[in-house]
Amino acid sequence: MAGQTVTRAQLAEAVYEQVGLSRNESAQLLESVLDLVAGALASGESVKISSFGTFAVRQKGRRIGRNPKTGVEVPILPRKVLVFRPSQVLKARINGEPAPDGDEA
Amino acid sequence: MTRSELIAELARLNPHLMQRDVEAIVATVFDEITAALARGDRVELRGFGAFSVKARAPRIGRNPRTGEPVEVGSKRMPFFKAGKELRERINRPGPARRAAVATAQG
Repeated sequence: MAGQTVTRAQLAEAVYEQVGLSRNESAQLLESVLDLVAGALASGESVKISSFGTFAVRQKGRRIGRNPKTGVEVPILPRKVLVFRPSQVLKARINGEPAPDGDEA
Repeated sequence: MTRSELIAELARLNPHLMQRDVEAIVATVFDEITAALARGDRVELRGFGAFSVKARAPRIGRNPRTGEPVEVGSKRMPFFKAGKELRERINRPGPARRAAVATAQG
């Protein structure tokens, strides 16, 4: 089953085949989609794509870490992390199961 | 932001496109990622992040109502790791963080 890596090139090609715009414009539109998602996340907004999943930004507090090599304590500053919650539909697709009822992200 | 807001925003940026096409573009992007993961492939979008599939081993679960043990089969779970650029974009220092970094660095 496993092995291949899909990149922008294949996604842009799929947009090209599905929508019928030029290859160049298809690639630019893919980039726009990714950039709009990234921009919303950067402004702290969650991005909920129905039947795919939800990207959310979570705030992590300050904590004390330790340099594993030297044992010196260093503060880990508050930071934001991105979490992705796959939808039931996506989980079902990946496990080769029929799509569940409802279409929530 | 929801899927429909994403479509609306993409349509606003591309007024020459038909609504139908904008919808198809957004659907294709996420459908292709889904299809790749369903094949067991990995999707790597430099600067944005990578989607992969992780296997979960079978385990013995319990029916929460009866307490009866039930077998939960192995399954695969989608997983997303944000790329470096996106992580940095999310953490772009605002004034508060910049001050904290300055203090920490002495």
